Amino acid sequence: MASADTEVSRRPRPLSPHLSIYRPIVTMVMSIMHRATGIMNIAGLVLVVAYLLALAAGPESFEWVNGIYSSILGRIVLVAFTWSLIHHALGGIRHFIWDFGKMVGEARYDLAWATIVGSVLITTALWALVVVLENI
Amino acid sequence: MRSPLHSSGDAFGNDRTPLKTIRHLGSARAGTEHFIQSRITGVANLVLIVVLAVVAICLSGRDYASAVALVGSPWVAVPLALAIISVAIHMKLGVQTVIEDYVHGAAGIVLMLATTFFSVAIAATALFAIVKIMLAVIAGGVETGA
Repeated sequence: MASADTEVSRRPRPLSPHLSIYRPIVTMVMSIMHRATGIMNIAGLVLVVAYLLALAAGPESFEWVNGIYSSILGRIVLVAFTWSLIHHALGGIRHFIWDFGKMVGEARYDLAWATIVGSVLITTALWALVVVLENI
Repeated sequence: MRSPLHSSGDAFGNDRTPLKTIRHLGSARAGTEHFIQSRITGVANLVLIVVLAVVAICLSGRDYASAVALVGSPWVAVPLALAIISVAIHMKLGVQTVIEDYVHGAAGIVLMLATTFFSVAIAATALFAIVKIMLAVIAGGVETGA
């Protein structure tokens, strides 16, 4: 009897289909990206706090951090962080709308598309503003 | 004959969830406040991030003294400090959700401990920096290093 129990427990449990089984749909991809950008924002927060620490520490460390953040690679990272932050913020607004039971019908697809399109547009607009202000 | 599925109902056949169960918020006695705090800090972050985006754009290209003057002014330092606190709490709650979904057992507990410590440490570090910058502005003696 005991051996039969062991036999049963050794058999792999049935699993429900996971990510690799489903055809990607925009709401699902945006849900995953909301998590991914949330994690990315942690790295961004570290960059913000590093900037504040450098500013608190004195001119030399400030110039050093400023130099890194102003470099090509630094700028690429900051643009990525800006997009990640805005995407997560728009994803948050999407969740607030759903929390109130709005746009949970067919409109949910438009809302999900608005998250990705909006995040790219706002990021582009913000950095265009920075570039314009730097070159006045 | 009452089905076992309805065993939560009382002797009068009332199958509504007993009030005591609602008050205790389930067997874990927790969880609802996690959802609510995520939302509260999320709203706070939305408002504060708009303020900080303006500050970040203004900081671009500034020299040390004027950067200190901007960040150390109460109109920036206070929202910045609030944002750090709200973001740290939001981060802790969000990472907790991810850990609870994907990491189980002892590894999950260790990761959660690390997450909590990191959240508090990063917030304390940022607040220290903000206070130091504020005090430099209040003292009026911004070190220029020149």
